[in-house]
Amino acid sequence: MKQTQAFLSTYTADVSGVCSALFELGGMTVMHDASGCNSTYNTHDEPRWYDMDSLVFISGLSELEAVLGDDEKLIEDTVRAAKELSPRFIALAGTPIPMITGCDLAAIAREIERRAGIPSFFVPSNGIGSYVSGAGQALRLYAERFVLPARETKKNAVNILGATPLDFSVNGQVQSIAQRLTEGGFSVQSIWAMGSDVSAIDRAGEAEVNLVVSSVGLPAANFLRERFGTPYVVGAPLGDTVSKLLLDALQNSIRTGENEIFPAGMPDAPDTVILGESVASRSLAAALLLDYGICAEAICPVELPRELEGPFCRQIEDEQALQAALSGAKRVIADPLYSPIVPQGAQFFPLPHEAYSGRIYRRQIPNLVTTW
Amino acid sequence: MLKRVSPVTEDGAMVRIRDAKAPAPFVPGLEYGAPARGVWNIVHVGMLIPGAHEIYVCAGNCLRGVVLTAAEMGAQRRFSTITIKENNVLDGDMESLLIDGVTDILNRLPSLPPAVLVYTSCIHHFLGCDLALCYRELRSRFPTVDFTDCYMNPIMRKSGLTPDQLMRKQLYSLLKPRAQDTGVNILGNCFETDESSELVKIIRAAKRPLRDITQCRTYEDYQNMAASSVHIAYNPPAKAGGQTLANRLGGTFLYLPLSYTPEVIRKNLQALCTALEVDYDPAEDEARAQEALKHAKALLGDTEIAIDYTATPAPMSLARCLISHGLLVSRIYADSIAADDLDDFRWLQINAPDLALYATVEVKLRVLPRETQRPMLAIGQKAAYFTGTRHFVNIVEGGGMYGFDGICRLCAQMEQAFLTARDPRDYIQQKGLGCESCL
Repeated sequence: MKQTQAFLSTYTADVSGVCSALFELGGMTVMHDASGCNSTYNTHDEPRWYDMDSLVFISGLSELEAVLGDDEKLIEDTVRAAKELSPRFIALAGTPIPMITGCDLAAIAREIERRAGIPSFFVPSNGIGSYVSGAGQALRLYAERFVLPARETKKNAVNILGATPLDFSVNGQVQSIAQRLTEGGFSVQSIWAMGSDVSAIDRAGEAEVNLVVSSVGLPAANFLRERFGTPYVVGAPLGDTVSKLLLDALQNSIRTGENEIFPAGMPDAPDTVILGESVASRSLAAALLLDYGICAEAICPVELPRELEGPFCRQIEDEQALQAALSGAKRVIADPLYSPIVPQGAQFFPLPHEAYSGRIYRRQIPNLVTTW
Repeated sequence: MLKRVSPVTEDGAMVRIRDAKAPAPFVPGLEYGAPARGVWNIVHVGMLIPGAHEIYVCAGNCLRGVVLTAAEMGAQRRFSTITIKENNVLDGDMESLLIDGVTDILNRLPSLPPAVLVYTSCIHHFLGCDLALCYRELRSRFPTVDFTDCYMNPIMRKSGLTPDQLMRKQLYSLLKPRAQDTGVNILGNCFETDESSELVKIIRAAKRPLRDITQCRTYEDYQNMAASSVHIAYNPPAKAGGQTLANRLGGTFLYLPLSYTPEVIRKNLQALCTALEVDYDPAEDEARAQEALKHAKALLGDTEIAIDYTATPAPMSLARCLISHGLLVSRIYADSIAADDLDDFRWLQINAPDLALYATVEVKLRVLPRETQRPMLAIGQKAAYFTGTRHFVNIVEGGGMYGFDGICRLCAQMEQAFLTARDPRDYIQQKGLGCESCL
């Protein structure tokens, strides 16, 4: 039956994705929920929680407030907190009960902005979608509100879009991506959104090209394309060979002004399955093919952007459908929490993914961006 | 990179206890969650039933927290989920999703568990899901399985029983009536009560079988708790469940709230002795506790002490006890004052008026300095986190310590914490203190 997981875990949801994407941007994110979403986020989805004082809070919605439609409490509480803490912006994220009661969080955000005098917006989310949609929308909406008109276009400047700990953990992979670009003759304008100064992020329009390293980065990339005409390349620079090809693709994209999605195609008859986020899985599949001659198929159990769909990159969420898709695989590369459904005859290569197993295997997450 | 937001004052996040209002000393608002995870959640508590399988029916984000709780404690094999999607909300098929989902999961497990705890969520409550129908159907489909209804509905935390109280009530809902004996149940705790506590010593002196879910190793051990004729709860969230169980199975219910105040301890012990028809003079235990407190004072001197509400359900009582013996309690971290703690709160207002009462969820706690000017000893994980001390007693929910013996043991732990520095970060982030953890 669909929607049942007898053995498997679940991915980070959209509301945590919103918080993760905006974590380092100096704002205040408010999850409109009773309490559970808060501890889920800051325990399992946010490795920076202990060390960085980002303003992420829960509204503490009660039954009475939900039934009576007491939006005023959310507005008042948020405005009061904002006046105390002076965030750059306020973002609201939704959860199941506000969805059911039809709470108009977009209107509430406008009212908060009016009263607090601080830019405020609602990031569409309801605790049901995955982090891909939540974080992706959050970055796009941030871009819409804060990216400044481009004073200039900096030669070979690139934004890295879609970097959150949910896909890249906190093990140096994001820094390694930046290093790959620098060594390849590019200058990194900004990283959305880990480790970059917000002033650099707000000047993202000055870049010549964008590198979308996860599907989380696509909505912002599309916005920057619409606003500034900046083309983008989709792919994660995993290992030497793929990195070199991606650097070439970036140059090509600058030259042609066209977007590129890496890899363009895959060979027939995959005998290996990679389960995970689409951009990382496709890039890993390409690296395995180019470096080892292994033909791998990418299966994405979370939202798969239409641009990335293809014969060897498909979306499967259901546990039993995943089990069926793995049957016959010679090798399976997936988060360790997928092990209960890996067929007995297959070789299992655990590849921990923070957005799936949270902090459990954090120490074992490899830096695949470096040489391997 | 992220920079610390502008400095803020403690106004609204701290109040001198003389000025504090009970039961809610702070203005409610947005809430912050500190990274102190030792308090058990509904997953940990449900797993206390040996062999039980937990099935959660919720939206993805709610599932995420509980499925990873189970995975971190190595209990993933006893845990399954059913994901609610938008179409279920629109279609109104919550009953069939639950019934068919649980059926599908149970049919796919290697063997049927003796008991299944089905956790429904806020969504079921708001959509008016007919849970009675669901359980009736499940019991008919799986007659050998004991089903009970559990809840992950934090939105109800201000409406009637809190989710924590409800969980500790449902924990015993599967006990089936059987012939009663002289046994004594200790109910609603996550930890065994220390064998050296007066509570256990009195039960042993009465030659009564002591039963506690924390000691159950098999489902039959658990079911055997139904034979007990005396039921004791001392942890406040367990009170409602204890009373319900006694009403259902019969027997005497005793609520003996955890306290560090000698009069209350003596009163509780006397109530137990009366119920078990034994005599016990706790004078020696009390003298031992006085000595332990003196010893702790001699070692700690004027070291400041911070206590939080996760360490013990009676932080006011503990503060009173320590202050009465010369120890320097300067901070209590608690967002509300529990009913059982009110008398001690009043005592503190008069006898320690400058004591600082801090909130733990108020938004300013996110940015206030997590360090203190003077050396600090913390009792509890949140107190350790907020004060930044490396000297802390790592307990939750009283840690199984009870009575005068509990005071002795706590003093020993305080002394050990005073003498031993350790980084709270390495300890307080683990979920469910005392549970297995793969972290």
